[in-house]
Amino acid sequence: MMKSAISQLTKYSLNLGVLALVACGNQNQVNEGEIKPKEKYTLPVVVYSSRQEHLIKPVFDRFTEETGIVVEFQTGEEGPLIARLDAEGEDTFADILYTVDAGNLWHAGQLGLLQAYTSETINKNIPAHLRDPKNEWFGFSVRARTIVYSTERVDPNELSTYEALADPTWQGRLCLRTSKKVYNMSLVGTLIERLGADKASQIVSGWVSNLATDVFSSDSLLIRAIASGQCDIGIVNTYYLGQEQQANPDLPVAIFWANQDTSGVHVNVSGAGLTTHAKNPEAAMKLLDWLASKEPQRMFSELNLEFPANPNVVADPLVQSWGEFRQDELNVEAAGRRQAEAVMLMDNAGYH
Amino acid sequence: MYRGLRFLSPWTLSGILLALLVVFPILLLVWQWGTLTSVEISIWEHLLEAKILRLTINTLLLVLGVGVLTAVLGTGLAWLVTMCEFPGRQWLEWGLMLPLSVPGYVMAFVYLALFNYSGPVQSLLRDWFGSSHWFPSVQSAPGVILVLSLALYPYVYMLVRAAFLSQGRQLMDAARCLGQSPWQAFMRVAVPAARPAIAGGVALVLMETLADFGAVSVFNFDTFTTAIYNAWYGLFNLAVAAQLATILMLFVTVTLMLETYSRRGARYYSTRVHRPQRYKLIGMRKWIAIWTCLKVIGFAFILPLGQLVYWLSKTGLGEIDSRYPDFLGHTLALGLIAGVITTVVALLLVVSKRFSSNSILLNLTQRLATLGYALPGSVLAVGILLSLRLIERTFEPIIGLRGMLIGTVVALLIAYLVRFLAVAHAPVEAGINFIRPVLVEVARTLGTHPITLLRRIYIPLLRPGLLTALILVFVDVMKEMPATLILRPFGWDTLAVRIYQMTAEGQWERAALPAVTLLIIGLIPVLMLIKSTAVETSSHK
Repeated sequence: MMKSAISQLTKYSLNLGVLALVACGNQNQVNEGEIKPKEKYTLPVVVYSSRQEHLIKPVFDRFTEETGIVVEFQTGEEGPLIARLDAEGEDTFADILYTVDAGNLWHAGQLGLLQAYTSETINKNIPAHLRDPKNEWFGFSVRARTIVYSTERVDPNELSTYEALADPTWQGRLCLRTSKKVYNMSLVGTLIERLGADKASQIVSGWVSNLATDVFSSDSLLIRAIASGQCDIGIVNTYYLGQEQQANPDLPVAIFWANQDTSGVHVNVSGAGLTTHAKNPEAAMKLLDWLASKEPQRMFSELNLEFPANPNVVADPLVQSWGEFRQDELNVEAAGRRQAEAVMLMDNAGYH
Repeated sequence: MYRGLRFLSPWTLSGILLALLVVFPILLLVWQWGTLTSVEISIWEHLLEAKILRLTINTLLLVLGVGVLTAVLGTGLAWLVTMCEFPGRQWLEWGLMLPLSVPGYVMAFVYLALFNYSGPVQSLLRDWFGSSHWFPSVQSAPGVILVLSLALYPYVYMLVRAAFLSQGRQLMDAARCLGQSPWQAFMRVAVPAARPAIAGGVALVLMETLADFGAVSVFNFDTFTTAIYNAWYGLFNLAVAAQLATILMLFVTVTLMLETYSRRGARYYSTRVHRPQRYKLIGMRKWIAIWTCLKVIGFAFILPLGQLVYWLSKTGLGEIDSRYPDFLGHTLALGLIAGVITTVVALLLVVSKRFSSNSILLNLTQRLATLGYALPGSVLAVGILLSLRLIERTFEPIIGLRGMLIGTVVALLIAYLVRFLAVAHAPVEAGINFIRPVLVEVARTLGTHPITLLRRIYIPLLRPGLLTALILVFVDVMKEMPATLILRPFGWDTLAVRIYQMTAEGQWERAALPAVTLLIIGLIPVLMLIKSTAVETSSHK
């Protein structure tokens, strides 16, 4: 641990050195937020996070307030962050990998980048289907991907399941986001897990033939397309609708909880795990335990309109206004395991 | 003995070594993931069966469309502002460089937000006419081609403008005396004479187009690059991603080699320039010239800036916090340092080719060294990570490098060098081609040392090319996102990183503040260039 602290220090002095070299004159600011070794007796917890700063920083700040443990984080895209963790190997400073979507955590686990951590606190607070069966990672906030519809042109009684959106009655009325977004890979992955590849393939082909227009690059665009009349129904993560509703309370788009009489709404998680070569595992474990507790769980819901993973925590009022629903209790790990298969299935069905 | 010495002259050797240094991360990437197990084979079968045709057609369409459009726009506009005189010309001449500071991904999300079905333009049309279904879809090949061309034409414009400036008017006058019409003289004399510059600019544009992931993914337009990312992020298979990237680079190498080969033997030297006597445009032509320039500046700069400012007025300045000066400082500092380093390396490479007798070998290595520009940023970043890890571990017994490269500014600067060497190489090489060899030969017969030659002849004569190189890299680094995102040290967020963080969840409005800031500070290098070229032109009096 000592060696890594020294090496980390050298690293920062190197960074400062390069800056000083060009005398760009903002060394004070560079110092800020970096390690000031004299003031700190404990190492910070280092987090690689694909959750963006404005969603994660307030939570970490609260943790520091409560425990005095400093959290340093590096944000980025999942793929490169995992590749970096892999390349750094035992030299890494990362104690925790925090990503969006269980598939990414599952993949990091496959690469041997995460270590198992059995925690009573987490087991008590987070339902089993939102955790890795091997305890290498844990879901901390739940994102529901369900059907949204135009309140002007669709009677919610016509709606039932994801599968039913493949029915020809929706010809020319469906909007989808690109299959290259991991949320759709997960959704289709769980379809394969539940119904088998053949049935899943028929459903996806049915969706494609019902498309009103080319698939979108974001859920927000999709919701706006429904609002402006380009299509009538779509599948999105609920917090995107929340964001649109916050901007425009009269938005003529509403949520329909899919598959309530069958498998339940497809959910995924944002979550985290302890890295194999963590330099500060004790503090990191403390942070993981804490993330399952009430305050951070409430903050997740408030900051990004997601659902708390801890069922005892009350969600944000806007989120509550969408009503109660039953989740698909299939372990989210299945989404990762089936992801590659789902990608190829969607390619073959012409879902781009 | 003599021949052997010539082959291994210090210039050849250092040229090759420098090039290898740059090409190393790319080679390592290919080597590291050259595996072809049953998993990769089944993915390849799937790609060949379900995707490759569509990807190839899309990619070729994009490359062809953007290539032609930027060549026409860049060359045409450069001609107008260097060879013709019309009211407001000086203003428009630099105004046309402004879009350089607009990143392709920003251009893309602004255009999509403005012109898609739910956007303000089509909503207005529906209010007026009841329907907007006749409106062409922006989320289409022509849409992406247009957007990328608007973002990238300045590369061609800048290089060709410099070429026309050094070409002068004598060539054209000679052609006119021989009975050619103005159009014939332009097509038969001026354009062929500027061909190295046009080819250099278009090559940059095409490499950038192939590497682009931001803009095409906003439009959900599947290309080779999106396939690389889909193999990596979707199928969790970096091997196939690296293999796809290798094919991409092979394609680029062959294309560039063919272009060089097709003008083999041709030499382009400038007669020393006088301040160009411009053709005065009168009547209708004058207005068409002004209108054309304004239209391009409007669509490529004013419109995106306007939309961003409008979003900013809605979201407010709430995002500003005490770290904003940091974002600015990091963006500018990285751009400037990387600009200087990359330009110096480009100069050494180009000059070493001139000094060395073995130019075929050097040509090849330099071609390889500039390939980083065609490689998608995140893929390149992983190559850099792997090389640095190898270096750290290899040299650990000698010097304690471990953990001192990855996660430092050094890693980031190396990445920028590898990625943007092509951008610096093109203007410097174009510049050196205009230096008459006789000048150097005379100096060498007089026994001048190569270093003195570099200092007294090459650097002064290459000044415009070097400045263009510096500024292009400067601006490119400021706009660079994927490699910065993964390699930046803790706390080193730049404006581009900030834009990514805001747009990661598809909320483009929120990125307005960093995007506007980036566009505005992007003006700094552009203004620097304008100032320096103004000096150049006036010194030719």
